[in-house]
Parts: sequence; C-alpha cells; structure tokens
Amino acid sequence: MKRQLPFLLVFIFGAFMTIQYYIPHESSEFVYTFLLDWTMIIGIFALALGIWSLYQVSVEKIKHKKENWVYSYVTLFGLFIMVVLGFTFKVGDSWGLYSVFVIALMAFLYCLINASIAKSKGLWFGLSGVALVVLLGIAYFDDSWGVAFMTSEGLRNTMFTNFADFVMTPILATMFALLAFFIASAAYRAFRARNVLASLLLVSAIIVMLRFNPYMPFGLPELIAELSNWLMNVPNLAAQRAIVIGIGLGIVATSLKVILGIERGYMGKG
Amino acid sequence: MLSPLMAITVQDIGITVSLVFILLGLAWLAWRSFSGKEVDRRIIFLFIFFSVAMPVIFKISFKFKATPIVNALYEKIESLPNNSTVLISYDFDPAMAPEVQPMADALSRHCLSRDIKIVYMCLFPTGQGQLEQTFSTVVRNEFPEKQDGIDFVNLGYKAGGEGVLNVIVTDFEKMFPTDVNSVPYSEIPIFDNIKSCKNLDLIISIGGGRPGIKEWVLFVGDPGNIPMAAGVAAVVAPQLYPYYPNQILGLLGGVKGAAEYENRLRDSDPKFADMPTPATTMMGPQTLAHIVVMSFIIIGNILFFRNRKRGEIS
Repeated sequence: MKRQLPFLLVFIFGAFMTIQYYIPHESSEFVYTFLLDWTMIIGIFALALGIWSLYQVSVEKIKHKKENWVYSYVTLFGLFIMVVLGFTFKVGDSWGLYSVFVIALMAFLYCLINASIAKSKGLWFGLSGVALVVLLGIAYFDDSWGVAFMTSEGLRNTMFTNFADFVMTPILATMFALLAFFIASAAYRAFRARNVLASLLLVSAIIVMLRFNPYMPFGLPELIAELSNWLMNVPNLAAQRAIVIGIGLGIVATSLKVILGIERGYMGKG
Repeated sequence: MLSPLMAITVQDIGITVSLVFILLGLAWLAWRSFSGKEVDRRIIFLFIFFSVAMPVIFKISFKFKATPIVNALYEKIESLPNNSTVLISYDFDPAMAPEVQPMADALSRHCLSRDIKIVYMCLFPTGQGQLEQTFSTVVRNEFPEKQDGIDFVNLGYKAGGEGVLNVIVTDFEKMFPTDVNSVPYSEIPIFDNIKSCKNLDLIISIGGGRPGIKEWVLFVGDPGNIPMAAGVAAVVAPQLYPYYPNQILGLLGGVKGAAEYENRLRDSDPKFADMPTPATTMMGPQTLAHIVVMSFIIIGNILFFRNRKRGEIS
C-alpha cells in the first residue's frame, strides 16, 4: 500500500490533467484551478524544506569542519540576514538602533549555530536567548524603523538594496563574465575545423560574430548582416523546430511512462 | 571652421589605440604560435581583459541599426493607442541583469513616454529587486508625473511559475488579489477594464530562464491569443526563433538586441537624445572581445592546418 498509493495518485491526477485539457467546461476548469493552487502550496512547503535542508547541511559542515566550512557561516548569515533586511524599513529620518539590531541578529544566529554543534548546548542556548531578547526589545521599542510583512517597503531598505546591487549582482555577473575568458582560451586551443561539420559550425560562428563588427569595409557589414540573419532565420530555425518537436514528443512519452507507472524514478527507486 | 585634427575625439583616439594594441598583440601571438612556442593561457586571458577594459576606459561605443526582429517590437509599441495596457514580466535574476536590464528599462521608457500603461510582475523572486531598479532609474526618475495604480502598477513576485500563468490567463485577481503595496485589485484604476491577460494589448517577458518566454507562450500567449514579445539573454535567443513571428511578434536578443532598441528609440524622437544607453555602451567591449576571439579562432586554425600538413596531427 505504501508504494501503490503514490502510483494510484499519480495515475488519477496525471490522467485527469491530460483529459481536462480537452473538456471546456467550468467544473473541469474549477478542479484544474483548484489543483494548481495545490501545486503552489506544495511549492512553498518545498521552499521551507529547502531552507531547513540548507541549514542542516551547513551546520553539519561547520560541526565536522569539512573543507571550506567557514563559508557555511557566510551562507547562513546571508540567508537569514537578507530575509530580515527585506522585511524592515525606515520610518523616520534616522535608523535609530537598527545597526544594534543587525549586530544582535548576527550574534543570535552565531549562538544558535553553535548551540546546534557545541557540547555545552546550555551556554549557547542561553546566549542566543539573551540576543533574542535584545533583538525583540529593539524591534518593539525602536520606532525609527518598522516591519513590513505584507508590503514592499522592505525591498527599498538601503541595506537590502545595497547588498543586492553591490554584492549579489556583481558576484553573479562576474561568474557569468568569467565565461568570456574561457571562451577565448577554447577558441584558440579547441575550436578547429577538423571535419565538415566542425568547419560549418566555425564559419557560421564567425559570420554571426562579424555582424557586430563595425570595422568591416566595402559594404561588407550589410552583406554579413543579411547572411547572419539568414543563418538565424533558416538553418537555425529549422534545427530549433526539430529540437522543440523532439523534446515535445519526449515529454509526452516520459509523462505517459510516469502516469502508467513504468517510470518510477520519482519514488527514489528505479 | 575646425581643422581635421581638432575634430578628432577622445573616442577616435581610443579606438585607434585599442585596435593598434590588439593587432600588435595578435601579431606577436601569431608569430609565437608559428614559431612553435607555447602560448600561456594567462596571455589569452590578458588579451580579453584589455579588449574589454579599453573600450570602457575610452568610452568606445557604436551605433546599431535595428534588425527586423527588434524593429517589429518597436513598431508594435508605436502602433498601440494611448492608454493601452502592456504587461512586462521580469523573469530574470542578477546574473542575467547586465544583458536584459537595459532592454527592460528601454521598453518601460518607450511605453511610458507614449502614455501606455504598464503592469509589472515577475516570475523570478529576484526579479522584484530588478524591478525596483527600473522604478528608481526610469519610472520615478524620468516620469515623476506618472502615478502608481493609474499609469503603472507593480504586482511583484508570485511563486508558482506555470501555475501563476495558468491562472492569470483567465483571472488576474485570483492570483494577485493586491499589488505589492497591498492595494486591493478592485481599487487599482489600471485594472478597471482588465480581468485577465486576455484584456492586455501586449505582454513582454524579459528573461531567459525557466519560467520564461516559452512558458508565457505555452500557457498565456497561445491559449489566450494575446500578442507577445520577449527580451532574452543572447544564449537563449536562437532557441526562440521558431516562435517568431507567429507566437512572439518581436525579440530582443542579448546586449545587441538591447543596443539596437536603444538606438532605434534614440533616433526616433529628440526627447530620447539624452537617455541613458547602457547596452550601447556595453557593445564596445563586446565588439572588441569578439574581434579578439575571432582572431584566436583564425590563428588557431591556421596553426592546426599547418601542423596537419606537416604530419604533426593525424
């Protein structure tokens, strides 16, 4: 029963969602929308599960001092502090005791993490309790800033936007930009016209890149632009359509296998 | 009258210096390669660094003519009557932002300048932060007279991806009972005549990940027969050509697409003459980096054919 029930649920809901698409009746659409709400609720539970899992994995790493364990502190501090910053906003002209609040929050997190891994749990729990009292005290008595759970004021919090704009955005953009260096190295070392297909790829790549180039003489830019547009609109389009249709058919086949219980990978066992 | 020398700008000097530097460097690299000496990977990295840094230092940028696929979106927005409503969905994160944020800003600027109402939303949680950037740099800064709720509205992020799209194609309020400022749907004037996505005049998805434009087409554009357009990262653009021009009427691909749109906008109306053009600025480094990469491919292949002729490579 433990295994049959999930299969039965997958079959019923999978079959229903397939058939429902072809029934243009409001009762069918009502059930469909109702099930979509479930999907979103389950998704939000998965988010909470994910955060708990990340916390546990990071704490384990700190506990056993695994490779790069120090970064786990950065992960946990970043995770929880950004959440708090995103919910708080300035009310008056100054931030009041907000900086003390952030320091107390960091202290609370540090004590809580140590309470999970240290032998003397009582001491760390006590310290985290003190930090929590300070935190809540400042949050309650300091009127210069507020907490917004239902509105977007927190997203305009200077610390939140500065961390997002000047830390997160440059880091992510840098990771993406590093690709340019590896592409250049690969272009010099590995991008070779070894056979007909590789030669075609190479010539096409050069034509598409050349369309960006303003230094070409003798009306070549127009010619290259036309050639590049043709490459994108004809061979690329044909190949992409074939890929899209292939993927679509693959999705249908895999979905049928899942609905009929042939593919059981989602249960954790093949 | 200015003498020819006086007419030379810092940008001209920058382009010349950059090209001379890069050509000399490439000649040295080619000579070294053909002499059979190893070229260290760090030298290649250095080339890319200089080809990107020099246009930034000398502020080198070029003008770009809009391609038909970019122009189609521009013309669509131009053809919309005043008080039309366009939905712009920010389906991207900061990693994609350098490529797609400029197009999101340019599209907002274009719509607002034509008195077209905008409904903002996002399917990526980090899209909300990117949306705030557009609000601070374009909406509040350049159009202070536009009012929240009347000329534009921010619905913010909603979890659920395809599920969200499936609902808003028939009922907006069900998924967004309030905007990000907790104003109830029924009290937002922009939604007076809008019940679902079917009442919108155009939907533009900016992004490149999932959920993104493909999901918008699949769950909203096609079933609702709603005009759709997209702005995506350059790596994703070729995958979306099958959707043009039937499912998506226009497409901005990467920084190049954004630069084309900025140039088209700037050339169309003098009021846009001084508008910020970050994508056009970014095209300088990208162009020189492309020249370097193409040169590497050519040098590498000449070397490959020479070695193969000599029998060093089978």
